[in-house]
Amino acid sequence: MEKDKGYGPGQPAHHFSEIEQQTEAVKLGMWIFLLTEILLFGGLFTAYSVFRAWNPDMFINAHKFLNVMLGTLNTVILISSSVTVVLAIRSMQLGRREKTIFFLVATLILAAVFLVVKYFEYSHKFHLGQLPGKYYTFTGVEGTNPHIFFSIYFSMTGLHGLHVLAGMIAIGWMLVRTVRRNFSSEYYAPLEATGLYWHLVDMIWIYLFPLLYLIG
Amino acid sequence: MNTLPENHYLNARRGLKSWLFTLDHKRIGILYLYGIIGAFFIGGVLALLVRLELFGPGRDIMDAKTYNQFFTLHGAVMIFLFIIPSIPAALGNFLLPQMIGAKDVAFPRLNLASWYIYITGAVFALYSIHSGGVDTGWTFYTPYSTETTTSVISMTLGIFILGFSSIFTGLNFIVTIHKMRSPGQTWYKLPLFVWALYATAIIQVLATPVLGITLLLLILERAFGIGIFDPAMGGDPVLYQHFFWFYSHPAVYIMILPGMGIISELISVFSRKKIFGYKAIAFSSLAIAFVSFLVWGHHMFTSGQSEIAATIFSFLTFLVGIPSGIKVFNWLATMYKGRISFDTPMLYGLSFLFLFTIGGLTGIFLGALAVDVHLHDTYFVVAHFHYVMMGGTVMAFLGGIHFWWPKMWGRMFSSFWSTVAWAIVFVGFNMTFFTQFILGSRGMPRRYYNYLDQYQPLHAFSSVGSLVLAVGFIIMGIYLVHSLFRGKPAGNNPWGALTFEWQSTSPPPTENFVKPPKLTHGPYDFDKISPERTFP
Amino acid sequence: MTGNSSKRKAEHILSLRVYLLVGVALMILTAVTVAVSFIPLGGWNAVVAVAIASVKASLVALFFMHLLHDKRLNLIIFLIAILFLTIFITLTMFDTLTRGTVDERTRSPIQEEAVIYQKTLPDSLKNNLIEDDSSIFKDTLRP
Repeated sequence: MEKDKGYGPGQPAHHFSEIEQQTEAVKLGMWIFLLTEILLFGGLFTAYSVFRAWNPDMFINAHKFLNVMLGTLNTVILISSSVTVVLAIRSMQLGRREKTIFFLVATLILAAVFLVVKYFEYSHKFHLGQLPGKYYTFTGVEGTNPHIFFSIYFSMTGLHGLHVLAGMIAIGWMLVRTVRRNFSSEYYAPLEATGLYWHLVDMIWIYLFPLLYLIG
Repeated sequence: MNTLPENHYLNARRGLKSWLFTLDHKRIGILYLYGIIGAFFIGGVLALLVRLELFGPGRDIMDAKTYNQFFTLHGAVMIFLFIIPSIPAALGNFLLPQMIGAKDVAFPRLNLASWYIYITGAVFALYSIHSGGVDTGWTFYTPYSTETTTSVISMTLGIFILGFSSIFTGLNFIVTIHKMRSPGQTWYKLPLFVWALYATAIIQVLATPVLGITLLLLILERAFGIGIFDPAMGGDPVLYQHFFWFYSHPAVYIMILPGMGIISELISVFSRKKIFGYKAIAFSSLAIAFVSFLVWGHHMFTSGQSEIAATIFSFLTFLVGIPSGIKVFNWLATMYKGRISFDTPMLYGLSFLFLFTIGGLTGIFLGALAVDVHLHDTYFVVAHFHYVMMGGTVMAFLGGIHFWWPKMWGRMFSSFWSTVAWAIVFVGFNMTFFTQFILGSRGMPRRYYNYLDQYQPLHAFSSVGSLVLAVGFIIMGIYLVHSLFRGKPAGNNPWGALTFEWQSTSPPPTENFVKPPKLTHGPYDFDKISPERTFP
Repeated sequence: MTGNSSKRKAEHILSLRVYLLVGVALMILTAVTVAVSFIPLGGWNAVVAVAIASVKASLVALFFMHLLHDKRLNLIIFLIAILFLTIFITLTMFDTLTRGTVDERTRSPIQEEAVIYQKTLPDSLKNNLIEDDSSIFKDTLRP
């Protein structure tokens, strides 16, 4: 069994005294990082709230050009990927390495599909000229400054998409480490932390979806 | 006679690679120290040049466009490269694990990464000097920042990167303090410097991400014209200011809270007295952290936000002064009937009490909406924030540097020259900045290249003060560097203090303690124990 | 260092059933929120949508992210993030929603059409550099 950086089951890193301490520290660290991500996206939610309150009719008119079906599909995909990632962690809690690998791969596939759907949505918008800011040329939306809706749409979904990509890289790395037998039922904190990150990505989309696609 | 220990963290492994790939929090703290001293030097030179230009009205040494770039860079470098990281990243990294009896911080590799991120951000920010400078002021207000041809993107990208360094340091400290205290070391047995670092870290992780999204949106606005902040594109410039100050106001508490933590240590040790009101000081740090997020609109009283919002922010601003006031009273009460010694760290501590009080009170003046309408964007504001940032944080930082210098390097500096330097810095500081209160209340606007003749005598006096300040810092640099080579070995506990770091050798071993320290007393129990000074 | 199983506290491993039930609940709530969006409720549409999203988010946080059975500190951190986000949005909107209510002249100019919709970009909006001789100081400038 390969030894990974001096810690296998039961052996913490040199500055920790017990493996539980290390596990708790890793999870606490990830929760604090998630807090920073919530505040990061929070700025965009604030911009959304401010401009929507100033221009409610324009927002409603503009959002009609978003595809609710594709948005719903993406929501279903991300929720499913949250299920698969939590089942991956559960499998490692029970010491079932092969199942963990299976669920991690499933999560990666679902995440990739999410990005593919977004690619189709974006290219459709580019085609129509619904581009951010000064590149906006679409004329079909009634109301003042409709490009602002699309600026906010692209900023929010774009930043979210980057986080999906980053999550895929993190999950991919966890997959590699699981294959290398770096984790066991005694220690799997990085895996759990990555799962937490992924759930936050899902949670952000859970709010983005109705605010952008289902305004009314 | 003291001698240096045979093996310590500085000579444990030698060579550049052992420093660039170190995971030892003490070495990382020293690496940060080099960075922030370099930043202070750059920001300081920029300041001297600004003051030189302001010696007389009209053109002295540079034209107006260049002047705008100089004060912008002075602000950005001093704030993002010097003062925000200064105490937490340099002193905090060095001391925190020792103060809680731990071997390192929770995530040593993240700690090293934070330093590399700091250096990367600094490179991007300083590159903007080469690629055309930035002339927007350190606040990058729109719409000018979205339209000017200067290197806004390079600078803001640099600051965006620096933000991550700040976030990761804060994250590391919070986890370290929660999870790695020694057995029996409950929260109420922690040194107040640790409480201060904790409260600072909370602000760092909550506020800095909003700076991140603000700068990101600014970059998108410049590149794609997304139209959120620029009125020509349908946006609102005041919204930019809301975003910017939501971070930047709590940021000033990132700057001052660690300094206040140092002051708690200094006042207690050099009064040889138990700190008065430990819990009040500890909780006031948390209170400051919380309330600091409720007051940002006081930077925008004249920007065009609604009167209702301005009134609310003005009221909330008065609240934020209360916990700071509580601290000052507790420090004074600590000194009362104490056995005070006037070693250099204490001189800086006392300076802090005096200068920070002036800075803090003038902040309350500015918080009054009706007063601020007249004082906003005048030199009164400039004087206020230099009193709190320099008279406050920098004094505390210098006090901390002198206090922990023997612990970091094992050697003591010359107390004669350190006292001389302190006196020159104190006089120079007040010459430079008290004058600016007067300038501002008489109507001199800030960030102005040119000014009316009537302000010239005061400006000249302030500029001379800045030269005096520079002399003080030069002397400081000389005796501190000299002490590294010729300073007398300081012994474990030169000041006779009670926190854990003084139980190990000076300099400490890489693992911080040969044996894990035993918690036999609180950090300020001078009424129960009277530790001997090992120096002189 | 090793063999600490007697000191290790019992780990709470949720059953497969719980995870799948929560997943199904999330899908159902998704269907509900889409369906409700087609019912015209005026301003209440936004409120209902955010409320349903919050229920979904709570399920993800409590069960998938294990907050229900984990150390309380992690839950506190999550709630603090939500709290400060709320403060940011609320205090900002105290300003943006009340512009012009006391003095009509301070009403936000946002309602005006952006320049990109106009045929030509006025010169004043091209890259502007501040020139040295600002007119205010023209007479008082020293050479």
